[in-house]
Amino acid sequence: MTSDVAALIEAAGDGIDFDGLVVEDTAYGYRFETPAVSKRGIDTSELAALADGDPYVANWRYWVETVGGRGTARRAFLRWLEGADDATVGEGDAEDEGGHGEASDGAEHADADDANAEDADGETDDESDAVDARERLAALRDGGRVRTWGELRIRVRLGGAGGERVYDVRHRDDADADPRDLDTHRDPSDAHDLVKHDDRGRYRPLSTAPSLPHGWRFVDLDGGALVDTVDYVYPATVANWHREREGDLDVTHWRETADRQSGIYDLVSDLPTEALAWAAEACCVDSQCLKRREWDHDADTDLDVPRGDGEFPCREPCSLFVAAAREFTKLEREPEETREVTLSESEVEGLGDLVDAVAEDRVNDVREADLDDGANRYRVRYLRAKRGRRLGMD
Amino acid sequence: MQALVIAAHGSHLNPGSSEPTFAHAETIRAAGAFDEVREAFWKEEPSFREVLRTLESEEVYVVPLFVSEGYFTERVIPRELRLAEWDVSAWDSDGTDADHATLRATDVDKTVHYCGPVGTHDAMGDVIVERARSITEGRDLTDFGLAVVGHGTERNENSAKAIHYHADRLRRSGLFAEVRAVFMDEEPEVDDVATLFETDDVVVVPLFVADGFHTREDIPVDMGLTDDYRTGYDVPTAVDGVRIWYAGAVGTEPLVADVVLERAADAGADVADAIVAVRERTRSGSDASAEAATGRSR
Repeated sequence: MTSDVAALIEAAGDGIDFDGLVVEDTAYGYRFETPAVSKRGIDTSELAALADGDPYVANWRYWVETVGGRGTARRAFLRWLEGADDATVGEGDAEDEGGHGEASDGAEHADADDANAEDADGETDDESDAVDARERLAALRDGGRVRTWGELRIRVRLGGAGGERVYDVRHRDDADADPRDLDTHRDPSDAHDLVKHDDRGRYRPLSTAPSLPHGWRFVDLDGGALVDTVDYVYPATVANWHREREGDLDVTHWRETADRQSGIYDLVSDLPTEALAWAAEACCVDSQCLKRREWDHDADTDLDVPRGDGEFPCREPCSLFVAAAREFTKLEREPEETREVTLSESEVEGLGDLVDAVAEDRVNDVREADLDDGANRYRVRYLRAKRGRRLGMD
Repeated sequence: MQALVIAAHGSHLNPGSSEPTFAHAETIRAAGAFDEVREAFWKEEPSFREVLRTLESEEVYVVPLFVSEGYFTERVIPRELRLAEWDVSAWDSDGTDADHATLRATDVDKTVHYCGPVGTHDAMGDVIVERARSITEGRDLTDFGLAVVGHGTERNENSAKAIHYHADRLRRSGLFAEVRAVFMDEEPEVDDVATLFETDDVVVVPLFVADGFHTREDIPVDMGLTDDYRTGYDVPTAVDGVRIWYAGAVGTEPLVADVVLERAADAGADVADAIVAVRERTRSGSDASAEAATGRSR
């Protein structure tokens, strides 16, 4: 008897109803149901024979024993990855490489025939659950299932004959890369070094900035290692995403965060609300950070700035934002003056190009000889030679 | 389940700032004493604010990878971890002998054992000795002077207290001919290190958590090891006829992982086996004389 079977018989006393597998110990013997098999009134040896090697039993065992952790963010994330959401949420933008489309997503089945519960016993499982589980397991066997998390592309598939999963992770842009072109890793803690700098070697102080470097992959991870890897790349995103799904996300708005600061950050509480919106537009939109901003000035005062479309929420202004806000607060404290400056229309346009180029991080993309571009180095040097770095202002 | 959180400053600008934190965490992870080991930062992620929710363990030991007791350990970290009942009196410390406090955080259902910082634990004395030994490649240090370098008073007086505390203990150990506390911004200054000692050789060990601007640029230039930190310097370098053996930040020494474990053990974590394993891995010499000589007992 395999350990799967032994575990199943032990759990049968309390009843099992999970991912299409139903096992009960009734007064008339065992009941054993999967999307492929339906038996009632069987004895222990018949149950053992049916369960031995059954993929739904192996799947149940994987979630009960290997993953465990009911109610944890880790488990919820692993379930979400393969579209087996325990939560009622069924949206999601799963890509699927195995040729199985969104059909295996919970949302697709939410309005399936609810009246189809054929059980005289009034069991909660309906046929759509079974279909769901069958398609899901088939997809996991056949090429696996892929989801994205920020810029990560995570694939889960069945490894070997049992219910064990194997996960791999790479940059979503590297989806079609030849594995030989990617550095292969197996230890989650390698991730913190890997993602510390962007492709140009610049330090990434904000983990959720959309500047994840390319050219690596993690392979053969188990569920725990997968979640650890994700946690290194995007710390605390799984935990906060899970809280949000559970309706339990504790958003801390700017007012409270700012008032809590001390030391050199004490002054950020003076940042005007209008400037806070500019700061959020500068730092928090999707082009700068993949978190979806859930905080505002306070619970009653929203910022009129796009929140972003990210999968995982931003529940509080981060330390980088607070540090930026400190500089913005100092800027806002300075008195403004009317100044006179003499510039041609093209020079003003060029300055606009320059501001955009810096703001959109495309300075390095401006071609050496593209003198048409206001952010071209020669052109800016010409402006400085002619007008000075203060553009002729006192 | 029990978890360890190493709480460090981190940096928005210097990628090297968090490296010792990750290295020590990795050492402790490999020792297997905790179900979970997490790094947390003031300036990096996960933040102090959000680290506890990333853990599944009910018992969490938080060890600040800071040099002294003060602003960060007494105010910022407890506030950001949401240890609502925290009061500095719970450590019952005069500035160098913080122990631990057992508290609840308001956003998670966990017991948090908030430990004193790594820098003021007695075991840090062993790390300073280890650092001195590795930089002098095992020479007999009883003819050497030892300068323990601190930042100075700056934002809090405990910063200097921690330096004096270790200097005093190491002086009593007899491992060095002479031991002095020196500072970057108060007397006696690190600039004068070559003239402060009677010995021909002086090992200079900054009590800093990570190498950065101060330890890589300021201190070598201030001591006269080099005019330009970018050109580097020799170890040792002769300054005014004294050989200066500059060790760099003590926080990068692998044995710091042992101090982190000691802090957690003092707070009740079951890590005795891991302490032995980590010491074997991170101590260069085969003897345990440093520990014996500094008279440390647990």
